[in-house]
Amino acid sequence: MFIYEKKLQYPVRVSNKDVRMAKAVLTQYGGPDGELSASMNYLTQRFSMPLNELKAILTDIGTEELGHMEMVATLFKKLIKGATKDELIAAGMGGYFADHETCPFLVDAEGEHWDSKFTQAKGDPIADLYNDMAAEQKARATYENLIVLTDDPLVKDTLRWLREREIVHFQRFGEGLRLYEEYSNSKKYF
Amino acid sequence: MVNYNLTNQRLNKQQEMLLEIQKLQFAALDIALFLDTHPNDPVALYRHKMYTERLRQVKDAYEMEFGPMTIMGHEVGDSWRYINGPWPWES
Ligand SMILES: [Fe+2]
Repeated sequence: MFIYEKKLQYPVRVSNKDVRMAKAVLTQYGGPDGELSASMNYLTQRFSMPLNELKAILTDIGTEELGHMEMVATLFKKLIKGATKDELIAAGMGGYFADHETCPFLVDAEGEHWDSKFTQAKGDPIADLYNDMAAEQKARATYENLIVLTDDPLVKDTLRWLREREIVHFQRFGEGLRLYEEYSNSKKYF
Repeated sequence: MVNYNLTNQRLNKQQEMLLEIQKLQFAALDIALFLDTHPNDPVALYRHKMYTERLRQVKDAYEMEFGPMTIMGHEVGDSWRYINGPWPWES
């Protein structure tokens, strides 16, 4: 089961309101390579993993990604706090405001809704682990793009920290893949 | 890699303790992910034990003073302080 712990994994701070940036960071909440997609990938795929190491790493990284969703949503709320009507419209968020006010919603930077098609569960450890390593690299690349879009050192700090986590996750999945390859070589299926 | 108080703002006691919990928990979590794929690594096992022991102490002290961080936390007061703000996305 899951138990909520009332704290962020890492502090989220912003220097100034920045509606344009708020709109951009939402993609790591509900975009194709965002934290929800990552979490749902791992927490779903773990059910068909044959090794205990793989069940553990998918469970724990999938859980950490839920914490990252909370950080991204917090970043969004802090960036959009106090936005005026004109600022919302100038940032292209008039339609968003009509639908969601300033609540974070599961959309990408252009407002496209999250879809379970953003996730994969092939039931095959090699296919799924390669998928997960690619997911981590896509998330890393997205964070790097977001870092380019802001000059705020506090926003950069949060995004850099999240980017760093994707690199660690990629590393752990790579180790998981090697463990599986050793295991399947010793078993000889075909 | 980690700069937990980038602004060097003055933190109140609750924020200070929370920061300490975040640091310890992050250290424990990162080592735990390593242990998931290296379950017999003695150095990682030792470090995990060290961080989680310290974490338990700091968390107990925090919950005593500010209320439970989870719904499984122990409430020593006569009201359920778990609901008190600021919530993580507000502070
Ligand atoms: Fe990740």
